[in-house]
Amino acid sequence: MIETGTTRVKRGMAEMQKGGVIMDVINAEQAKIAEEAGAVAVMALERVPADIRSAGGVARMADPTIIEEVMNAVSIPVMAKARIGHFVEARVLEALGVDYLDESEVLTPADDKFHINKREFTVPFVCGCRDLGEALRRIAEGASMLRTKGEPGTGNIVEAVKHMRTVQAQIRKVTSMSEDEIIAEAKNIGAPVELLLQVRKDGKLPVVNFAAGGVATPADAALMMHLGADGVFVGSGIFKSENPEKFARAIVQATTHYNDFKLIGELSKNLGIAMKGIELSTLSQADRMAERGW
Amino acid sequence: MKIGVLALQGAVAEHIKSLEQAGADEVVAVKWPADLEGLDGLVLPGGESTTIGKLMNKYELMEPVREMAKNGVPMFGTCAGLILLAERIHGQDWSHLGVFDVLVDRNSFGRQVDSFETDLDVKGLEGDEKYRAVFIRAPHIMEVGDKVDVLSTFHDRVVTARQGHILGASFHPELTDDVRLHKYFLSMVEEAKK
Repeated sequence: MIETGTTRVKRGMAEMQKGGVIMDVINAEQAKIAEEAGAVAVMALERVPADIRSAGGVARMADPTIIEEVMNAVSIPVMAKARIGHFVEARVLEALGVDYLDESEVLTPADDKFHINKREFTVPFVCGCRDLGEALRRIAEGASMLRTKGEPGTGNIVEAVKHMRTVQAQIRKVTSMSEDEIIAEAKNIGAPVELLLQVRKDGKLPVVNFAAGGVATPADAALMMHLGADGVFVGSGIFKSENPEKFARAIVQATTHYNDFKLIGELSKNLGIAMKGIELSTLSQADRMAERGW
Repeated sequence: MKIGVLALQGAVAEHIKSLEQAGADEVVAVKWPADLEGLDGLVLPGGESTTIGKLMNKYELMEPVREMAKNGVPMFGTCAGLILLAERIHGQDWSHLGVFDVLVDRNSFGRQVDSFETDLDVKGLEGDEKYRAVFIRAPHIMEVGDKVDVLSTFHDRVVTARQGHILGASFHPELTDDVRLHKYFLSMVEEAKK
């Protein structure tokens, strides 16, 4: 007897991505560059987050043609994004054979109250989080992998750092709490008690947690690994840079050897211009993608 | 007994934990050629084989690990690790370490939605209990050489095999609490030390 879509199979898939870099791509050519550079997976999109920002309007699931094109181009896993709460987009992507779904705040939310019930799916999901409560709500809904939200498409690491530090600090706090304190804390942060008790026992999240939303340089990737990320998503940072091949290779190696500062220095030499980036204070509230999700 | 786990990418921490539970005295993460010194055995974990292979080449680990395997140091590859060990990979004319006389087919059970777990009979493990095996975008062994012993099959496909001091599995023993396969590998290490 075989069982597909079990918790172990879905979370295990994310475990295999640890220490790696997942790159946003918009066509077969970019996907091949990412694979050649050593990416552990690619996220197939119609537009990278920086372009979604500048285009404005409603951002939706990518055209399946693009996703199929990417799936045919590489042998590494292919991920794709569905709108928050849009379970039909998610079912369509699952039917296409996508390896991992991102219920993503980068796209315009389809539901202002509920996220997708991810437990019902065979395909695993990754979701964004800003703090431990949000992380555990997503796991309760069936997410098999997490990532910080950061602020996508800005090339500015500050929000990803804030979210990773917040999650890690809350985990440390929870590990020293008594059981009655945990029950009150669960209410305070909006997290299921059982999951919070598990975090207290293990001293870590029950699923892999990557960094995302603002990684633009090899040093950014290494910074996030030092702060406790299990791996890194790079959205606009690769293909909005001057030399995507070099940036991609350098970010992969800086993620593997995040403790080797001399090496990161070497990797950072003559990379060309990184993506331009946006200072967060210039973003209006409505343009802040990290605020999406409930 | 000092065992290394190749730590360039993938399920490194899980293998370290399983090896410790199985009774290894010392387990170290291997990131650089110097980390290979004094190892009695090496585990190649699950992860993305293309990524790990590229990083092994980049950081000059491919040649020293191949030498170690040729000199009889026991190695255990799981999923991506099996692909790294294999002499032949279906559909491509090159291999990574090429020290295990098998032909492997990558992603041979389909995409992630086809990933599964099941109970296997694995030859040589202690006890009669079945072994819970987790297959994630798993490869399988299509052909084995004369000196290769098949330890388990699933739907007529070879999923665990051993050639002297080399052990390979399609699935992820590091994702379950059953450490019998890790114990089996440690017994291979002990044998090789004699």
